[in-house]
Amino acid sequence: MIPLGLKMLKGVPSVSDLFLVGNGAGFSGDRVDAPIPVVRSLVKRGLPAAMFFECLGERTVALAQLERRRDPEAGYEPMLERLLEPILVDCARAGIPILGNFGAANPAAAARAIARLAKKLGMPELRIGLVTGDDVSDSVNLNKLAVHEADAGLDMSSWKLVSANAYIGAAPLAEALAAGAQIVVAGRTSDPALAIAPLMHHLGWAEDDWQALAVGAAAGHLLECGSQVTGGVFWDPGFKDIPDPANIGFPIAEVGRDLSLLITKPEGTGGIVDQRTVKEQLLYELHDPSTYITPDVILDITGAHLTPGGQDRVAVHGLQGRQRPDLLKVTACYEGSWLGEGEISVAGPNALARARATADVLLQRVKQRGLARRARADLIGVASVHDSDDGTLWRGYTGPEPQDIRIRLAVEATTRDDADQASREALALLCCGTAGTSGARWRVTPRILTRSFLVPRDMVPTETRVLPAREWN
Amino acid sequence: MTQNIETPLHRIAHSRAGDKGNRVNLSLMPYDPALYPLLAEQVTEEKVLALFRHRGATACKRYDLPLLNAFNFVIDEVLEGGVNGSLNLDGHGKSHSFRLLAMTIEVPREKLNRP
Repeated sequence: MIPLGLKMLKGVPSVSDLFLVGNGAGFSGDRVDAPIPVVRSLVKRGLPAAMFFECLGERTVALAQLERRRDPEAGYEPMLERLLEPILVDCARAGIPILGNFGAANPAAAARAIARLAKKLGMPELRIGLVTGDDVSDSVNLNKLAVHEADAGLDMSSWKLVSANAYIGAAPLAEALAAGAQIVVAGRTSDPALAIAPLMHHLGWAEDDWQALAVGAAAGHLLECGSQVTGGVFWDPGFKDIPDPANIGFPIAEVGRDLSLLITKPEGTGGIVDQRTVKEQLLYELHDPSTYITPDVILDITGAHLTPGGQDRVAVHGLQGRQRPDLLKVTACYEGSWLGEGEISVAGPNALARARATADVLLQRVKQRGLARRARADLIGVASVHDSDDGTLWRGYTGPEPQDIRIRLAVEATTRDDADQASREALALLCCGTAGTSGARWRVTPRILTRSFLVPRDMVPTETRVLPAREWN
Repeated sequence: MTQNIETPLHRIAHSRAGDKGNRVNLSLMPYDPALYPLLAEQVTEEKVLALFRHRGATACKRYDLPLLNAFNFVIDEVLEGGVNGSLNLDGHGKSHSFRLLAMTIEVPREKLNRP
């Protein structure tokens, strides 16, 4: 911990009025070196700060649960050690707590992994907090709950439950910080809760201070996808250029005791923070802008507006909060069917005709052999992502002749074997296909289906444990 | 007399797509706030829904955020089952912002030359 006096010497008069929240990951699979410049910037600025990592998409926890079934010590964020090793010592020294839902399906194993890492780095006293209770697969009878949202074609009676996790709020995470945790590991939390918790703890926000929590939720929402507010998913060469896209700086939020909110990024990094990047991320995955529901508060951005605050600095104003919902969302994941994919390419003269014929033959083969419940073909080079299952766009294509097309077959099959057989139809075209057909690849992937429910808060009790690294075994 | 130019939205506005289940939201922000009323008039719920009809989209709702100089379109049943159920390479539908940006609208010539 940097002593307060030292910070005052640096000429920062309102130390206790400002709290910084840095983000080190926006999803499982993000750039593993992203946290380093963020932590460097937080340490340099010397203000009270926290780091958070958001690593859990809707299905990630189910995929992690499948990993855990294979290995009881697996099922947490696979990049955990890689993300933390370069920053753990610096954060501990500077008094910057780290929070993350990188526990995924096995937060206790993640806590043990962090303990091993801390001991290896010479920090056996590092206080590691574990928040559990989000996993309700054994404790809540889902069949008795009303369904909130469901994937089409999900017949509960025939599918096996893989995971069921409640989106828990900031309170148990803040509790871990209050108990002195220097790093807090959780499984499923709401994404904004990871930013709200250190703000609650540091600024002393009450659990029903809706106005404050709204600012925290907005900070969390803007930061939770990492670089998406600093130039990622934004850059569009020639139209929305950003500096050094190979080294986009991950975001930092400055939150004031007066509930001011400003988004920025570390100096000397790539990317950009301006009103355009902040607007795009503010509206990202948002439906009704008056009702962004989190377990901690309902955020209303209909009165929000932005002002520039200098180079790579944008202030957010006009956020409103309403009382949090009584019910928590639980997402349940079930074993689904199998996805089989096969691809092969054609190029050069008459490529479009050869590609169309190839797609039709693949669909015919799958149908003939009764391998799929559903099948589609895409002509990559004509329409790889905007098309429909029936191929409206590639069948109706009248544009210039593409010179290089990859044909993709995708099927949903009941068994792994059917999915495999269907995907191998692309392989068979190496000999049976049109002239000049080559480059086959095929693969099979298990599918996860999700269904969400709303459960009363008291059905999701949470538990917080904080122990030094040497005691996590 | 004002001359209108048919212009892809991409030239005058930016957009980002997000998903939840089988739904997509598309934000739309003109670079020049003066073009906001023009977009409000021409980028209607019906026209945006029509872009995604081939995928079975059933409804489109537009939320106007004039203080942010932004619109938010929410399109139902557009992801052919969503990230879990879709056979599409883009199960999340994150590429759809650029399907919207390919839409053309009529813009007065003098407004196109503004910064």
